[in-house]
Parts: sequence; C-alpha cells; structure tokens
Amino acid sequence: MKLTGKAWKFGNNVDTDVIIPARYLNTSDPSELAKHCMEDIDPEFADGVREGDIIVGGANFGCGSSREHAPISIKAAGVSCIVAEYFARIFYRNSFNMGLPIVECQEAAREADAGDILTVDLTSGRVINETKNRSYESEPVPIFMQELLSAGGLMPYTMKNLSK
Amino acid sequence: MTITEKILAAHSGSDRVTPGELITCEVDIALGNDITAPIAIKAFEEHGAKQVFDKKRVVLVPDHFAPNKDIASAQQAKVMRDFAKDREIENYFEVGKMGIEHALLPEENLSLPGDVIIGADSHTCTYGALGAFSTGIGSTDLAATMITGQIWLKVPETIKFMFKGKKKNKWISGKDLILYTIGKIGVSGALYKAMEFCGDVIDELSMDDRFALANMAVEAGAKNGIMKADNKTLAFIDSQEVKPVRDFKIYESDSDAKYQGVHEYDAEDIELQVAFPSLPENARPVGDAKDIVLDQIVIGSCTNGRYADLEIVATLLKGNKVARGVRMIIIPATQRIYKKAMNTGLLDVFIDAGAVVSTPTCGPCLGGHMGILAEGEKCLATTNRNFVGRMGHPKSEVYLASPAVATASAVTGKITDPAVI
Ligand code: SF4
Repeated sequence: MKLTGKAWKFGNNVDTDVIIPARYLNTSDPSELAKHCMEDIDPEFADGVREGDIIVGGANFGCGSSREHAPISIKAAGVSCIVAEYFARIFYRNSFNMGLPIVECQEAAREADAGDILTVDLTSGRVINETKNRSYESEPVPIFMQELLSAGGLMPYTMKNLSK
Repeated sequence: MTITEKILAAHSGSDRVTPGELITCEVDIALGNDITAPIAIKAFEEHGAKQVFDKKRVVLVPDHFAPNKDIASAQQAKVMRDFAKDREIENYFEVGKMGIEHALLPEENLSLPGDVIIGADSHTCTYGALGAFSTGIGSTDLAATMITGQIWLKVPETIKFMFKGKKKNKWISGKDLILYTIGKIGVSGALYKAMEFCGDVIDELSMDDRFALANMAVEAGAKNGIMKADNKTLAFIDSQEVKPVRDFKIYESDSDAKYQGVHEYDAEDIELQVAFPSLPENARPVGDAKDIVLDQIVIGSCTNGRYADLEIVATLLKGNKVARGVRMIIIPATQRIYKKAMNTGLLDVFIDAGAVVSTPTCGPCLGGHMGILAEGEKCLATTNRNFVGRMGHPKSEVYLASPAVATASAVTGKITDPAVI
C-alpha cells in the first residue's frame, strides 16, 4: 500500500498532551478531536491539514499518556501516515491497533522539510521524498503488525480469532 | 531470567521467554478509567462482544474528570457506569469509593506480586512497586483484553538500576530517585524496556516511595518498572482493609539474568530534584532552581498523593502559612487516605496553613479541573508530567518535585529546599 502526501514537520518528543490537550478529552468524538489536533504545538495545523497529508516527527513521537484520542484525532484530521525517527511505545501500539499507519525511518524524518511531498510504501518500508528526490529504506512493518493492519485493526483481528 | 521475564513466561504458558519474542499473555487485571474506558466500551459493543472475560478482573475507575466537571464528561462517565452495571463488573468504583486508580488498586489488593496487569492508562506501571508486571496500553487493547483476558506483548529487554549507599538527607524520596534517573537517561532512555530497580536504597524505601518511583518509569519511555517484593511488600498487603482474593507469587531475578544495561547510582550524589518545564528529563538539583516564583502548588496524583506524602507535607507545613499570592491545592489520592488524614489531624494542619483540600481526583494533574493554570502562571506539582499545557494554558509552566520540596516552596512562594524552612 502506497501513500502520498504533503509533510507537516514536528520536532522531538511530541507528547500526547500537545497532540490533543486534556481539556478536549471530555469527548471521544473523532471529528471534535480532529478540530483540536496539535493545537498547543501548531495552532494552524487543524485548519491547514488536508486529507492524505503526512506528519513527520522526530524522536519519541507520541510520548506520554495512553490516550487513544491522540492517534484518533490525527487520523480524523485526515492524516494518512506518520513518519518519525521512532515512536513512544503506547502510541506505536495504539496506532496499529486502530489502523493508523506509522513508519519509523530516521533519515527520512530528519531530512524532510515542511511542505515536501512524501510517498510511503508500507509493504516495503520505503519512503520517498519526491520534492528532494531522495529515497530511504526502513524496516518493513513486523509480520504480526501487518496481520493486524490487514485484518483492519486489533478488534476485527480478535473477533476473527475468537470465532475460529 | 529477570523478574519481568519470569512473570511473562508464567503467564504465557512457557518455561522461558526471551527479549524480543512476541507472546500472548494471560492477564490478571485489566483496568480502564473515565477517559479511556468509554472508547474501549464502544469498540467492545460495536464488535458484538457479549460479556467480559471475568467480572472480577476488569477494574473501572472514574477518576480523571470525576466528580464530573461538565456535561460532556458526565456523559462520558455514564458510558462506563452503565457498562459496569450491565456487565456486572464487580470492581467499578463510584464517586465516594473512588480514588486515583493507581493508588486505589493496591489499597483494594487488586494488584499483587507476580501479576500481569494491563491498564488503559500510561501510569499502570505503578504496580511494579509490588513486584508485578504492569504496563499501560490504549483503549483498543483494553477492549480486546476485556473480551479475551489476554494481550499480545513483546518481551522487553531489562535495564537494571542499582541505587547504593546512603541518602544525603531525610527529605530525599522515591520521587527524587526517579527524577534523577530520568534526568540521566532521558525521556526515551528506557524506550520499550523494563526498568528493574534494586539496591540498598530501594530496600529501605517505604512502599509509598516505591510506588512513586515505579509510577514514573513510563516517563523514561519504559514498558514497565519493577522491583522485587519483600517483607515490606507483604506487610503492605497484609495491612490493607481488603484482603487479597487471589494467590500470588513472588519472583526474583536470577543471579545470571541478562540485562541490556546496568546503571549504578550512588545515593550520595543524589540531591533533591526539580524537573523544569516541559519534560520530566529536565531534572536539576533544587539548588539550581533559584528565584522561581510560583503561583500554585499541587500535592497529589498517582505519583505523590499517598498518606506518607501527606505526612511529609504536614510536617513541613505545621506552624507555617502558605505564602501570600500562592494557591496550595492538596488532593488525597483515595477516600481511605483522605479519611486517615482527617483522623490524624493532617487536614487541620493543611487548612490552618491556608491550603485547600479536595476530594480524590486526578483533576489538575492532567489539566482536567480543580486547579487549571492561566497564561504565564507557574506551578510546582508532585505530579509526573510537565509537558506544554499539561495543567492548563499552553503558556503556563509546571515544575515537578517531591512533596517536601513542594511544601517548602508553598511556604516561601518560590522553589525552595526544605532544609531552609
Ligand atoms: S493522577 Fe495524573 S498521571 Fe495519574 S492517572 Fe491521574 S491524570 Fe494520570
């Protein structure tokens, strides 16, 4: 599966409190959460982001709380994929469990600038920066996680295995 | 094997597990709160699940926005309350019985040594203080575990943290040890890893200090923080009003267990710590925090809202007053802690000094309610996170410290070493 979109660039340690502040956690409605996505780190993001855009993060993206509201708000904002140097543990799990593709690729994340057009091939792990004409390899998604993604996330996967 | 590996092996039906291995693990307790459980419940119901795997092993605690702060949070809490009623969840703790989840479960003896506990809350790692494997997960994981009683996990590598020697002074607490550690290794210094704490200094810590220490393992990116259960752990379990309804087992790391790394810290080098905004890794000795004038002090949270913490606050506050211009908010973590503090006169000390005492809630810790910061305000809190906007306005600031430093600072109005007052 290939995804192409415009990059929104963020730094290191983007935490779940800036992705979606707790003052909005009194709802879990995805479209409400999307309106405030990244509000405390980039107030322009929620208005400016377009369907298919890609978030580029630095090290330890998604650190902090276990709130699934964070990947939910990002997905509902239209973001197709996150490329980061590496992700915090719970955020990594949550993203796969709810079907938001994420890729760990240090070089691609470091070299991308805001506005670059990126193409991410989830199967091979290849990230292409179309603007800079550069291509990067990353570890393909582990088999078990690929199974999760192809089942449509952890819940469909669990229900399918239960009925076996 | 390490303690963590032994517990995971025992819960996945194997004699041995190795770091990196993906396992399916039986879960002793699955925990959710008023923010994370509603999303799990929605997934549970949408996928046609009928019943939870075990009515005694699902624990639901409305603590974040409870007592409900507005209509939206009331609706959300109701989702969990209705679910608990419909599915006959035994361990649902309504307001009045409720406390901050990670202080409440040990009191209820729901978290026991050798357990695997997963919780849709990142500070679920707290139960490592009892020698349990416990880790935070998201709502979808919680939904799946509520159905199957199992979870998929990657066995983490373990990093050992050994604390030796004598603490510099009596105010040095579990909070200082963990802030110091995070200051050394950074907020992703233990990413995906188990942090195992040991050494004389750990053996001497009170249980409440051990909880504070294990609680913040996630702030170093860890999957879990753990230490071996000992006589203090057993005494703690015994002393609770509610007795355990399950057997438990104590695990110890083998002498030839493999560690990904070993860090040795000498307690002599560890000063009282303050983590500067806006990451817990910005920990510095309290002496480096000169002339930082504060607007608010918060004592509470799943890190430092326990009885031993309140006792320290009262010791330092007795005969003193909260400085003019400072708001001091004290939140006992559970109803039992609240009641004990009332019976032993701690609440009188707090109120006489000019502090306010709240019903148990997470409240300001996550910027929920009961002490939100305005633009430009500075707060010193005994909580565990000081991210941008964590306690309110994105241009407010949170400093993290122990109850002793927080109380001394409340008295002077700026960040202060308790030795001074
Ligand atoms: S007290 Fe703070 S850190 Fe602990 S569970 Fe509540 S919100 Fe989370």
